[in-house]
Amino acid sequence: MNNSTNSTMSRVEKTLARRYRAEKRFRVYGLLSILFGLACLAILFTDIISKGHSAFLQTRIQLTVELDPEELEIDDPTDPDQIRGGYYQGVIRDALAERFPEVDGRSAKRALNALVSDGAVYQLQDELRDDPALLGQEVSLWLLADDDVDTYVKSRREGQAFAGMLGEDQVQWIESLIASDDLRTQLNTTFFTASDSREPEQAGIAGAALGSLLTLLVTLVLSFPIGVAAAIYLEEYAPKNRVTELIEVNINNLAAVPSIIFGLLGLAIFINWFGMPRSVPLVGGLVLTLMTLPTIIISSRAAIKSVPPSIREAALGIGASRMQMVLHHVLPLAMPGMLTGTIIGMAQALGETAPLLMIGMVAFIVDLPAGVTDPATVLPVQIFLWSDSPERAFVERTSAAIMVLLAFLILMNTLAIWLRKRLERRW
Amino acid sequence: MSMNEQYASAVGGANELKEGRSMEAYTDLAGTDHAEVSKDRTREKTVGKPLLESAKMSTRNVKVFYDDKQVLFDVNLDIGANEVIAMIGPSGCGKSTFLRCLNRMNDTIDSCRVEGDLTLDGQNIYDPKLDVVPLRARVGMVFQKPNPFPKSIYDNVAYGPRIHGLVDHRAELDEVVETSLKRAGLWEEVKDRLHQPGTGLSGGQQQRLCIARTIAVSPEVILMDEPCSALDPIATARIEELIAELSENFTIAIVTHSMQQAARVSSRTAYFHLGKLIEVNDTEVVFTNPQHKLTEAYITGRFG
Amino acid sequence: MNFSTIFAIVVLMIGLGYLLGRGRSVQLAGQIGGVRHLNSLPFYYGALIALWCAIPSLLIFMGWIVFDDIIIRSMVVAELPAQYQQMSAAEQSLLVNSLENIAAGVHFGEPEPALQEAANRLLSLQTASRWSLAGVVISTALAALVIGWTRMSPQYKARVHVETVFKGLLLTSSLIAIFTTVGIVLSVLFEALRFFRAVPFTEFVFGLEWSPQTAIRADQVGSSGAFGAVPLFVGTLVISAIAMLVAVPTGLMSAIYLSEYASRRVRAWVKPALEVLAGIPTVVYGFFAALTVAPFVRNLGEAMGLDVSSESALAAGVVMGVMIIPFVSSLSDDVISAVPQSMRDGSLALGATRSETVKQVIVPAALPGIVGGVLLAVSRAIGETMIVVMAAGLAANLTANPLETVTTVTVQIVTLLVGDQEFNSPKTLAAFALGLMLFVITLCLNFLALHVVKKYREQYE
Repeated sequence: MNNSTNSTMSRVEKTLARRYRAEKRFRVYGLLSILFGLACLAILFTDIISKGHSAFLQTRIQLTVELDPEELEIDDPTDPDQIRGGYYQGVIRDALAERFPEVDGRSAKRALNALVSDGAVYQLQDELRDDPALLGQEVSLWLLADDDVDTYVKSRREGQAFAGMLGEDQVQWIESLIASDDLRTQLNTTFFTASDSREPEQAGIAGAALGSLLTLLVTLVLSFPIGVAAAIYLEEYAPKNRVTELIEVNINNLAAVPSIIFGLLGLAIFINWFGMPRSVPLVGGLVLTLMTLPTIIISSRAAIKSVPPSIREAALGIGASRMQMVLHHVLPLAMPGMLTGTIIGMAQALGETAPLLMIGMVAFIVDLPAGVTDPATVLPVQIFLWSDSPERAFVERTSAAIMVLLAFLILMNTLAIWLRKRLERRW
Repeated sequence: MSMNEQYASAVGGANELKEGRSMEAYTDLAGTDHAEVSKDRTREKTVGKPLLESAKMSTRNVKVFYDDKQVLFDVNLDIGANEVIAMIGPSGCGKSTFLRCLNRMNDTIDSCRVEGDLTLDGQNIYDPKLDVVPLRARVGMVFQKPNPFPKSIYDNVAYGPRIHGLVDHRAELDEVVETSLKRAGLWEEVKDRLHQPGTGLSGGQQQRLCIARTIAVSPEVILMDEPCSALDPIATARIEELIAELSENFTIAIVTHSMQQAARVSSRTAYFHLGKLIEVNDTEVVFTNPQHKLTEAYITGRFG
Repeated sequence: MNFSTIFAIVVLMIGLGYLLGRGRSVQLAGQIGGVRHLNSLPFYYGALIALWCAIPSLLIFMGWIVFDDIIIRSMVVAELPAQYQQMSAAEQSLLVNSLENIAAGVHFGEPEPALQEAANRLLSLQTASRWSLAGVVISTALAALVIGWTRMSPQYKARVHVETVFKGLLLTSSLIAIFTTVGIVLSVLFEALRFFRAVPFTEFVFGLEWSPQTAIRADQVGSSGAFGAVPLFVGTLVISAIAMLVAVPTGLMSAIYLSEYASRRVRAWVKPALEVLAGIPTVVYGFFAALTVAPFVRNLGEAMGLDVSSESALAAGVVMGVMIIPFVSSLSDDVISAVPQSMRDGSLALGATRSETVKQVIVPAALPGIVGGVLLAVSRAIGETMIVVMAAGLAANLTANPLETVTTVTVQIVTLLVGDQEFNSPKTLAAFALGLMLFVITLCLNFLALHVVKKYREQYE
């Protein structure tokens, strides 16, 4: 016996080194896999932030503008119609010509005028509306610069100036503005207050964010009660029969159906069959409800399952009806888990793009949606639309919109985790 | 015998020394119930003959903690070569925890911490430099619930020899599998279906398969953690017979919940109570003339 | 009277119903010696009348909203002069839109008298519809109130009835899952069948050329359009295969490392961090793939002397793989943790190293579950849309070379359906045929995967 164990041990020891090398290799593979995943995450975030952070700043040009009533064609600055119809372009051109008196010739002047954004007229309009007394005065204003100027100034600051569409003379004018401190970058409020625009410097995410909010609201109002009700039925009421089995199979399958299929459903049923309008948050919300329902049902069922049977027996034992047992005991105890699942479902809905493309939420919409039946777009779709635009200024805005979207998602997920930690009971 | 007593007193002295230190440590807390209890615990000594002249495995001052909770208190015990030692005691007394210390299976539990000296043939098994892989090849273990791998019967038994590289060619492996199954008394029942899954066997057969799997690596010590608790009486009797046969070649430490089983299979018996080793003696002595009142209470069925 | 006013009135009446029912039951109880002589608590009497009020009137309300537009439109169109009757459905739909604009007073110049008349009719029909809706809904609710009031008695088993309704509502909610599936099947199937009437099924499934751009003028080149979907299927397969090559090994190894090696602290940080990858919207991955990974892959290829397309399948596939990593890893983690600890103990107690235990005991034991998870991941890769829409191309090349541009089923669905479309052209219907294919394939994969996983779970329960 002793001999045999000795030989066993010597054999065991002979292979040990090889086995430990295999062990180490395996461990390294595991570690590398995790590092690869984490590295992808880090690269993605760094890439987006490095591309997008500059969108939160905006270039403005200081000009001394004379609000000449004749040029503006305004005689009564208290009349909103006149304010709206004013010819602001002219006074801005005059101001530019005054700043650069040496510029001559039609095409040169046009190039000069292109430095200031078309959006600057709205700025003048607002100034005049807020203070009618300015009419006829000379005011010094920081006017919104064109996106090419914006891109040039930002890239110049990073050491590799990108002129793009700008001509040589335009670059010289910008340099002269910088030299005389008449050009600065400031917080980009337009990005948060404006809707979509063809001009990058005037484009913002407010419309898309509002659209997302309305769509999510519809989704939440529909999917939470329906999801919870379905979960209660399946956990507490459903008999073991074919119908129940069919429902369960359906829910599990729907959870894995590609989201674009839900878009096809929305297009065919809600829009073509029911005749609902295209591009509206109501239909978007309906489609996303159908898409998130399985998630909510599955997590709500898990939450209900985790309530121990003893609680149910206790309630039934003192003569509570099934509905009372559910409403008074099971539901309150399972609520944190249900809410967590719902928030995660909402986060999923917030990031969803493909089904909304199908129901036409890709339209170019400049107005803020006022209700769930107004045409709107949502944040992810806005990102998709902007990412297709060739202007470099749109790349940074796309990245910035992504940052905002990710911030919302992180917020929602943190809320879900906090809720789970805070409220979840351990049995 | 006198040597044994010397041993015991030497260890006892060490214990007292330690106790002195603990007393100092506790003076701050003197008067509180907690301190009283702890003092009692450290003062108590194992009665009987926990130590042997020549031990296969020996443990000194073994303490085990799960996070901050201490579950074993200064266990001193020797296990002799080719003996069957039974560990009995009420549930939660730490007997299984102690058993798992002997081949470092407690390493798999993150929160578990083991202190004290444990040796196998004089070699410290908790030495950080010691390799657990050969240790576990030498100290095998059979668990409470039969846990055959979801592989064929043959592959279950061949698993150990394969991973340790104990055989050079297929014929040799066949032989090892056959001998192990024969020694585990399972050969006749399974020789025609060696390539069917081990999970298809009955509970008792599965447990014997696990024993065959363990002895296929030719360990020196076999630890058995309540090996019959999930089995019916007939299968239990079969396993008990097997233990008696195996004791010719292996050292066996068995944790059991059943006093009858301990009486039937073991030559020595250790009684654990609330994490302390209360009494160790020849099995006959423990069951006919227990020296500690707790052992007596347990044996006579006043609790358990 | 607009819809929200009608809705508000209905809600008010439901509230009133509750109060009335409750009050009536308390009053009845007073005559017989207190609430405890009632069959049910006053709450249930109130709730019952509220439900009687709510269910019929809200059902009518919802049905009305859904269908009144269609009915009114067809009524208006039916009265239009014959020239408008012959228009296609799409043109008619545009016409009705312009009628609505005329009715709202938004128009340029003076509309044709016939249209002006139709617009007026539209307006009056809409007003009439709302008033009659209000009438119908309010009288239904009132009737419910009256019936409830008269039928109420202390012996009336209000609780039982409320609970039946409650259970009915729960059942209806859970049936929505079935309705959704049926809805998907119907919507996709019908349009797909219409498509197959124009393009034979065999040509669609086995055809090697895909160019759905039907020409506007009949004499244009390529006016016929080709609907052979094989290039799309191959493209989808190529991209999915790349994605799985990235996701399966990394996801599986991460799961193994996290569940078998990592300390609790590392696990507590790394697991959620990896799951962030799953929470990032696909449109973000698409942007990342198109603007960062694709140029990178192309430059890398050029540096190695390879000719890489700027919309290579490789870039889209790799990014999709990264997106699927957490999906594979959390599913594998689930099945690996479902392997009983006793298996690990058994193997470790024999002196196996951790990797031997993983490779020879745990992975074989968890294999069915892992396979199920991988199948789900494949179904996800096939159905993934935004990454490929943004990073893969539109050119339907029949190639398995990952460095070339390929297109996928989902990309084509999006391209065919986004933007202005005629609803009846084969081009639009082709999207539904592709949708049908996508649905059937993912359904089979999901079904298989869920079945395998279920069987696996039962094994260890």
